[in-house]
Amino acid sequence: MSNEPVLTVEALHASIAGQQVVEDVSFSVPPTGITALLGRNGVGKTSTLRAILGLISRTGAITLAGERIDGMRTHRIVQRGLGYVPEDREVFSKLTVAENLTLAVRQKSPRYELVDSLFPDLVARRSQAAGTLSGGQQQMVSLARALLNDNTILLVDEPTKGLAPKLVADVTVALEEASHLVPILLVEQNLEVVKKLAGGAIVLSGGRVVHTGVATEILADEALTHRLLGVGSATGGAAI
Amino acid sequence: MSTLVLVLITGAGLGALYFLVASGLSLIYGLMHVLNFAHGAFLTLGAFIGWEVARRLDTATWSTFFVSILVGGAVGAAFAALTELALIRPLYERHIEQVLVTVGLAFAAVALYQGIWGSDPIYIDSPPWMLQTTDVLGALVPNTYWVLMLAATALLASLVIFLRFTRYGTIIRAGVENRWMVTALGIDVRRAFTVVFAIGGSAAGVGGVLAGHYTGYVSAYLGSSLLIFAFIITVIGGLGSLTGAAIASVLVAVLQQFANYYLGGTGDIIVVVLLAVVLLARPAGLLGRAS
Amino acid sequence: MTDTASTPRRGYGPLILGVVLITLMAVLPLLNVSIPGILPSATYEPGALALLSLAMVFAALALSYNMLLGTSGMLSFGHALYFGAGAYGLGIALKYFGVPLWPGVVIALVGGLVIALITGAVSMRVGGIPFAMVTLAFAEAGSVLVRRNSAVTGGEEGLSLNSAGVPDFLVGVVNSKNLYWFTLAIFVVIYLMSLWVDTSRLGRLARAVSENELRVRVLGLEPARAKLVVFVIAAGCAGLAGVAYMLLQSGAVPRAVSADLTITVLVMVVLGGVGYRWGAIVGGVVYTVLDQRLTVLAGSDAIASLPSLVRVPLSEPLFLLGSLFIVVVIFVPGGIAGTVDGWWARRRRQRRRDAIATLERAEGASESKEVGP
Ligand SMILES: Nc1ncnc2c1ncn2[C@@H]1O[C@H](COP(=O)(O)OP(=O)(O)O)[C@@H](O)[C@H]1O
Ligand SMILES: [Mg+2]
Repeated sequence: MSNEPVLTVEALHASIAGQQVVEDVSFSVPPTGITALLGRNGVGKTSTLRAILGLISRTGAITLAGERIDGMRTHRIVQRGLGYVPEDREVFSKLTVAENLTLAVRQKSPRYELVDSLFPDLVARRSQAAGTLSGGQQQMVSLARALLNDNTILLVDEPTKGLAPKLVADVTVALEEASHLVPILLVEQNLEVVKKLAGGAIVLSGGRVVHTGVATEILADEALTHRLLGVGSATGGAAI
Repeated sequence: MSTLVLVLITGAGLGALYFLVASGLSLIYGLMHVLNFAHGAFLTLGAFIGWEVARRLDTATWSTFFVSILVGGAVGAAFAALTELALIRPLYERHIEQVLVTVGLAFAAVALYQGIWGSDPIYIDSPPWMLQTTDVLGALVPNTYWVLMLAATALLASLVIFLRFTRYGTIIRAGVENRWMVTALGIDVRRAFTVVFAIGGSAAGVGGVLAGHYTGYVSAYLGSSLLIFAFIITVIGGLGSLTGAAIASVLVAVLQQFANYYLGGTGDIIVVVLLAVVLLARPAGLLGRAS
Repeated sequence: MTDTASTPRRGYGPLILGVVLITLMAVLPLLNVSIPGILPSATYEPGALALLSLAMVFAALALSYNMLLGTSGMLSFGHALYFGAGAYGLGIALKYFGVPLWPGVVIALVGGLVIALITGAVSMRVGGIPFAMVTLAFAEAGSVLVRRNSAVTGGEEGLSLNSAGVPDFLVGVVNSKNLYWFTLAIFVVIYLMSLWVDTSRLGRLARAVSENELRVRVLGLEPARAKLVVFVIAAGCAGLAGVAYMLLQSGAVPRAVSADLTITVLVMVVLGGVGYRWGAIVGGVVYTVLDQRLTVLAGSDAIASLPSLVRVPLSEPLFLLGSLFIVVVIFVPGGIAGTVDGWWARRRRQRRRDAIATLERAEGASESKEVGP
């Protein structure tokens, strides 16, 4: 496998309702392991992911495995192998777990064994409405939807948000397992999780990239962490 | 007693007709947030074409009746799908403009029907049984009402089966909840839009043929008057809720018949009062989610 | 939709233009102007005066509708209810209360405002598209009431004007000129109301609501109240237009309360350009004239001799207008006024750019002269 980045973003600008939320963001994601996208709340991490997917209006050059995707519509981009696990899980609450999963399937033989081994909790709950699941289980459904297909890259947005420590650990394990199969761009506020998982890291501030480097090095620099990520952003980190 | 039975049954029958129109409106609104003023035009076209077919087959038999229903439904579906592709899709996500083009289409279509079929009502023939009555607890119920109820029940059942057990059905239910997430799973949700329009259009087309048999005539304005009640029903039932539309259809129609019989023909006004009451108590409608 | 009502002050230009236009309109009945193909007769004759008066009524109604859709982003399908309330209110007051014209007008307007306040307050329980449906339902109820209660309203036959209480100079075809001036006066009043709403704090508030409800809440203002006030004012103006209509037509028919009429007004506003006062006026006038001319065309021999595939569509004015409307919505999003305005703005920008470029070139030239050897 070459070391060509799997995803490159150049001069990405994006706006919501006429308001600029991503400004001239450029970075690339290596073809293996987990790359963290960090920054304080409201800095534009979610918007960056949504812009890559074409869910909000954007300009700039986005290349997925050598192919330009910035002119494509969302469903085409996803069909090119970009899996998305959105912030706040976004499961279809009135659909059953099974329906949530089948809806996501894009290939002949979906990886149900992988999903079942990562999330055994879901196996017995296939016919339950997703809205009646706990937050952690909903997160698993959301991750499972992305993991069922062979993707080129996964974009995962705050998968541990609002979860109890035990579930944070479960999700961390699942992400680590998944990262052996597919590169992941991970937005995560829990810095302990980032330390454990991420190789590279990209730090956003004010809608721009202000730092890129090795995750553990960035997190080791307390002054930098404090300045760019804020004190409040490590909530939950103490729990591990 | 027999009057009460009659009011209840005819109310349910009229509700069935309303449901044929309101179900499509509600599905379309639920998935696409489009208020479709052209729905009445789909219905009227179904009615006219159904009549044209029946006229050519020449006899008021059941087979003629069924063929005209099938053709009416197919024509409604085709017209609706074309509308979605040609007029709604170019205005993707611009909801007010989407309403406006359907308004323009309704305007133009009614005028065109008038040009083709004239502005006088065309009286139509039904199978003889439909013109007779059945005695229920002393109430003489016109048989047309049974046909309406049967059609609406069949529609409801097939919609439920379609929505629950087919892939498009699942996409539509998911899309009603969260449209962008459907596209983020790699699904072209726009195709579901066309499907929903076609389904709504076919229900309206069938509704048109049946409405013709219910009123005894077809005219260019057949759809417009039904459409307004269908709007009221979708708001009362909760926009986007099929079950809500079903319940509200029957509720509105029974109340309307009730007021028409017992309160001196005030049915239409009572319905609007009911709308006001529901809006004051539950702005999202009976089964609607608060937005 | 386009939002350009926040036009900056442009000095006295518009005021002078307005006064000139109104004066021109006012002297029109005294002149002998013929516009073949548009006006049915010369401007001093009743035919043309009736058409022009009707066009002004619809322009005024369109202006009032623009307060809803253009100024505050409300898509109402029930505006005809208030127009009808004005027309029928006046008719009923004159016929059954036996009052003279002016008290009758006051009764009609107050009645319309009360109806607007109640229906508006209920409709605003919901917003956006549901609001459109609910206003439609209310208008339908009004239309049903008018059709059913034929003892009072004349039902489908319509209600004819009881001219006993109306001053003689406003009655009949012989007084077309006076009716024309009366309508012009009402039109000017409604225009001034519209201008006031657009430029007042209230209008700015309603516009802010349509753009960002949250921001208005943060400012500590009750956004729903501002919208409701605009809704009621627009309804009052529609009622006034209805009064003029009643006098002009010497009667009212149920169509004056119908959803059809609201949709017609909507078509006028969108055709003219949502958010532009002059667009609403142009839309109202163009629509009225087109409607009349297309009806004449539809009945003409030239059309009758065409093959049916062409003849049928061409002989239905509403088919042509509906199709025109669809084309405008899809291809000309700003309507007439938006297109002209955009073209004008581009031209001005271009001129400024040219001017700056010329200036820079001149400066560059003079600099190079100075720096030069
Ligand atoms: N739907 C929206 N409407 C308006 N502004 C939004 C919306 N979503 C996000 N924003 C703004 O965009 C900026 C970036 O938000 P987001 O990308 O969610 O940040 P992050 O994910 O880094 O916390 C924030 O300032 C936020 O207020
Ligand atoms: Mg976020």
